[in-house]
Formats: sequence, C-alpha cells, structure tokens
Amino acid sequence: MPTATNTIEALTNREYKYGFVTEIEADVAPRGLNADIIRLISAKKNEPQFMLEWRLKAYRYWAKLEKTEGAPKWANVHYPPIDYQDIIYYSAPKQKKGPESLDEVDPKLLETFEKLGISLTEQKRLTGVAVDAVFDSVSVATTFKEKLSELGIIFCSFSEAVQHHPELVEQYLGSVVPYTDNFFAALNSAVFTDGSFVYVPKGVRCPMELSTYFRINAADTGQFERTLIIADEGSYVSYLEGCTAPMRDTNQLHAAVVELIALNNAQIKYSTVQNWYPGDEEGKGGIYNFVTKRGKCLGKNSKISWTQVETGSAITWKYPSCILQGDNSIGEFYSVALTNNYQQADTGTKMIHMGKNTKSTIISKGISAGHGQNTYRGLVKIMKGATGARNYSQCDSLLLGDQCGAHTFPYLEVNNNSSQVEHEASTSKIGEDQLFYCRQRGIAAEDAVSMIVNGFCKQVFRELPMEFAVEAQKLLGVSLEGSVG
Amino acid sequence: MLEIKNLQAKIGNNDILRGIDLTVNAGEIHAVMGPNGSGKSTLAHVLAGREAYEVTAGEVIYEGKDLLKMSPEDRAREGIFLAFQYPVEIPGVSTTYFLKAGLNAIRKHRGLEELDAMDFLALVEEKMKVVEMDQSLLNRPINEGFSGGEKKRNEIFQMVVLDPKLAILDETDSGLDIDALRIVANGVNALRSKDRAMIVITHYQRLLNYIVPDYVHVLFDGRIVKSGGKALALELEEKGYDWIKAEAESAQQTIA
Repeated sequence: MPTATNTIEALTNREYKYGFVTEIEADVAPRGLNADIIRLISAKKNEPQFMLEWRLKAYRYWAKLEKTEGAPKWANVHYPPIDYQDIIYYSAPKQKKGPESLDEVDPKLLETFEKLGISLTEQKRLTGVAVDAVFDSVSVATTFKEKLSELGIIFCSFSEAVQHHPELVEQYLGSVVPYTDNFFAALNSAVFTDGSFVYVPKGVRCPMELSTYFRINAADTGQFERTLIIADEGSYVSYLEGCTAPMRDTNQLHAAVVELIALNNAQIKYSTVQNWYPGDEEGKGGIYNFVTKRGKCLGKNSKISWTQVETGSAITWKYPSCILQGDNSIGEFYSVALTNNYQQADTGTKMIHMGKNTKSTIISKGISAGHGQNTYRGLVKIMKGATGARNYSQCDSLLLGDQCGAHTFPYLEVNNNSSQVEHEASTSKIGEDQLFYCRQRGIAAEDAVSMIVNGFCKQVFRELPMEFAVEAQKLLGVSLEGSVG
Repeated sequence: MLEIKNLQAKIGNNDILRGIDLTVNAGEIHAVMGPNGSGKSTLAHVLAGREAYEVTAGEVIYEGKDLLKMSPEDRAREGIFLAFQYPVEIPGVSTTYFLKAGLNAIRKHRGLEELDAMDFLALVEEKMKVVEMDQSLLNRPINEGFSGGEKKRNEIFQMVVLDPKLAILDETDSGLDIDALRIVANGVNALRSKDRAMIVITHYQRLLNYIVPDYVHVLFDGRIVKSGGKALALELEEKGYDWIKAEAESAQQTIA
C-alpha cells in the first residue's frame, strides 16, 4: 500500500520545533563524577548536612554498581555504553543569587520559555496553571506561588524546599524510590540538582494545575531532577510535566526521579507530555530518558493516576508505578508512547497491590512508525494481604508501516486467591481500507492518519487536563477531535 | 456527467474489468447488476479511486475532467460519493467528528465557508430524520459495534449530509431486512434530483422495487453484456443470471 506508507512517512518526518539553543552564560561544574563533585553540588545549593550525607551514600552505592553490574540490561533497548565521567553534572544559567521576582530573571531565559509556549510573565500567564520552569540544572521561576501559599500549598523548586521545609524533605525524600532502587535512581540521588516540590495540606483541593516545564539547554550535560509531591489527608492535586531539548548530535542523559505520596483519602493526578529531542532520521543524537517514577498510596482510599504521552527521546525507559498500600486505594496508568525513525521505548507500569480491595487500571497505547521499537512492560503484583484486589489491563499497539515493531511483556504475580486480574491486548495496523474510507469522504490522507491515530489514543487523551490534551494531539500531528475531556 | 470508455482494471495479476463503456447523465439512476465476481464492486472502487486496483486501459471523464488523474479525496470533493458495501470501523473517532471533517474538506474545496460545530449539528439533526438515524449512533466511534443495518444506514446518512453529485451505492441492500431496506431506499429517493446521478450496484432486483432505476446494466466477466430499462431487472429476477452467462459466452464464441 504505497499511499499509506508515503503518508505516514510525510507525517512522521516533520521537524522537531524546539531544537534551538539559548546563548547564555552558565556556571558549569567540571566534567565527571566523584565525591568532590557531589560536595560541590551540595555546597552550591547550600544544603543541610543530611542532604550531603544522603547524596554521598547514594553515590557510593552507584559507584559500586557501576563497577560491578553497570546499568540494568533487561530492557528491550539498545545503546552504546555511557561514559559517566564525560558528563557535566551541574550547569546553571549565571544570574544574581535566587531571583526573588520575575524582573530579576534573565530576559533570555524568559524569552526561551516564551518561545516554547510557556509564558512566565505575569500578564500572559496561562490562567489556571502554575508553572515551575527548570532550565538545565536549576529552577528559574515558579509562578502563582503566593496565591497558592494562601491555601497552605507549597509549590516551589526542590532547592527552595530543602532550604525552607527541610523537615518535609527529610521525611519523604527516598521514601518511595530509595537510592538503592536502581542504577539510575542511585545516580539521580547522588547528583540531582533541582526539580519541583509540592505539598498540599489536609483537606485542600488545589485550585489550579501545577506544572513543571523542563528544558535541557547546555551541551554534554545530564539533567537529573527530582520531583516530590505530598498530598496530605483528603487533599487533591493535579500536576503536569512538559519537556523539550535542543537538537544535538550527541546523546544526552536525563535521569529523573519522581516520588508521589498520597495519604488517607488524598488524590494525585500526574500528567506528562514528554517531547525531548528524539534524534534525527538516522537515529543520531537525542535524549536518553531513563526515569524512575513511583507513587505510594500510603493512606486508605487514596488514589494516584499517571497519564503520560511519550513522543520524544531517543530512548524512553520508564515505568510510572503505584504502590497500593492503603486499603481501598486506587492506582491508574494511562499511556501513549510513540516511536518513530530509530526511537526506542520500553515503558509501562508496576501496580503493587498490598492493601485490601485495592484497584488498578492500566491502559497502554503504543504507536510505532519508521524503524521505531515500542515495548510495553508491566507488572501487576497482588500481595498476600491484598484481599479483594482487582486489576484491569489493556495494551494496544498500532503499527504504521512495516519496518517498526511492537512488543508486549505483561508480568503477573498473584498471591491472593480472592483477587481478579484481567488483561487484554491487541495489535493493529492502519489499514489501507480505513485510509481509503476517510479519503473517499474528502479527508486528506495526512489528516486521515492523524484522525485514526488520535482515535486510537482517545482513551488516554481524555484523562489529560484540557491544556495538555490539546498539546498532546498537536504533538501527534493532529487537528483536535471534537470534545476533549 | 460521467463517461466511461473501455475501462480496464486489474488487481495483482487478475484482470477484473475488461472494457466497460457507460454514460451517466445528471438526473439518471443506473442500476448495475450481475453475478458474484462479475466486477461490480471493482467498478465502484475504481471510480472512487482505490489505489489497490490498477487501471490498465480506457478513460473516465467526469464533469469534463479526467477522473483517473484525481486523488480519492479530490474525487470526493468534486462530488463523488461511494456508499461502501463493507464500511470500516475507526475506533475512537465518532461519526459526527468524521463527517464534519469530510464535509468541511469538501466545502473548503468548493470555496465555501467551513461549518462550525453549531451549524454542523443543526445540519445533522435535520438530515438524521431522512434516514431515521438514532442520535446515539452519531456519538459512537464510527461503525464500531454497529449492526449490519446500522452501518448501511450510516452510509446513506453520510451521503445525505455530503450531498454528492454522483452517488455510487455498492450493494447497499445486502444484509438488510425489509424495514431497513425501506429506510435506506427512502434516503436515496429523497436525494433524487435532476442535478444528481446515481449508480446503484446490486445483486438482487429487490432494492429496485424501492429505488426505480432509469437504466439497468448487466455486468458479466468484466463487461456490460446487456443494458435495458427496469424491465430487465425483473427478467433477471425471474430467470437468474445463467441465461446471461450463456448469452455472453455464445457472443464471445461468435467473436472468436
């Protein structure tokens, strides 16, 4: 079917829009990683002793792993070994210490975010969304901070949280993803430079979406940010994460850790639209996105939902997961992962059912085009005490063209007889008959492909907040399908 | 409106159309009948521009233009509509959204303003009545989980909304019970006009009781072997296709 293939090629070969570089003077640490670099990072950030100690423990653990087994090899992704001594672990735009207001932020930075469609200036701000903008290693601005603090909500950069709320950081940092969790989590724990911190107090429903926008700018740097969100009893928060990077020939490492904690009756909704630079058509360059994201439903009746749209990165390797510890707690995972050209994605989730009557839902949509390889890997684990636990999983793959691949690895571990686990999977191809049907009604071939792809992803898109749903559909090359939400 | 001359087409290595000649004028309804495998559906798809079929000879002039040079979407925008025998499902895309995209692409092509959601819904509500279409079907993903009858009715509904100049109905009657058949036929008859032509492809005469054609053509082995008025359809109903086959074969022998 020549037409279908041509159309798909045309559609998927559009250029990456966010590939520009901002010329800005940066404060950069020397290449490489050792205990002194960690001390340097910690000192630059003026951290309390417990942070430095934690970092150093993580570093020693990582260094041991690096010498012995190295990075995990079980994922269905392939890349040359990474030289961790050739990476710059700290790069911050030079500016006066801690901008207190937007007037003090370098205009070039504001301009950069403006170009990315993220306005940080007061008058143009997207109403209803508070933004923490992270540029390379540091947070440059957080909007709506005061308005939120009236409700007792803390929304700030991780660095600020360490300064102003060390007790919360000490209590929860590493409580969901310990530094011993995996190779990249250990690396992140040792060297992370910034990220976002959210605390929503008891009974408060956060009135706006909170959002972090991550931007990698400097060459040869890694981005290692850390996000920690704590929803106290009976609270609710919806959090969005977006990301882009310049086009470069070399691969850049992004190893983030996200930890979510939901106490009794609390709800956290975490949405990601990941659009890191994917590399060029030959697979040169692009971001290695090796991320550990995990939420703990610590309290009864708590709920954590992950929604992700993964369209960028040379390699995506992440499994946003839920530990369902509290009785009646709920975990959800909605995912769209698109791989094109030579992109690789190995993504999925883990749902660990510990509490009674815990429920989880997994909806995964994988789209492969070009030479893209797309793997769903998921674990549903029902522990002994999880009486009455239920899981529903649905994994669908859509293939565009005949050079790409889709793989599904669902793992199930059931240790309680009263639980119910359901799994459905499908693989389909955009058919010549579907395309022809659309074209016969006057719809141009490219629009038809978009329409079909969007229809395929609809179950996931409707979980996204409005602003993001629009963004996500555009990312897949698309005009918006009727109503969102 | 449409002039088909010596049209020949194949799929893979199989010759299917072996020289079709047919002229259709505005205001006319032509029924194309014939046994299974005679090339009826192929003719419909070739006219709509399906690329799986390769046209090996002949020409098709539509409104003075070379139809075979046009892309499927341009043919649709120029007013050709095909009601599919097997309408496909598109998961996650509602009928309304799909149809709005189609209608607006067609309107844009004709230099008309695109309809916004409100105007489109008003149009849909009006046209729904013509085929007794249920609102709930329109909001569901197109054709997904539709019964055979609902799919066919949806095709006619789309035709009514898109308002084509030349409508080709590919075995729209197959799999319909008598009530659905009546509804579908009502939809088609509502569109009859002096500016519009239709090609109704069918295996059975039954549909032609409801949609009365001006001409009937019998397709056999990739050629039109007999043409006539509506009486021909009745004759076929009575005698079956065997006599046509016999007649066609003896004609072949005479030529040979």
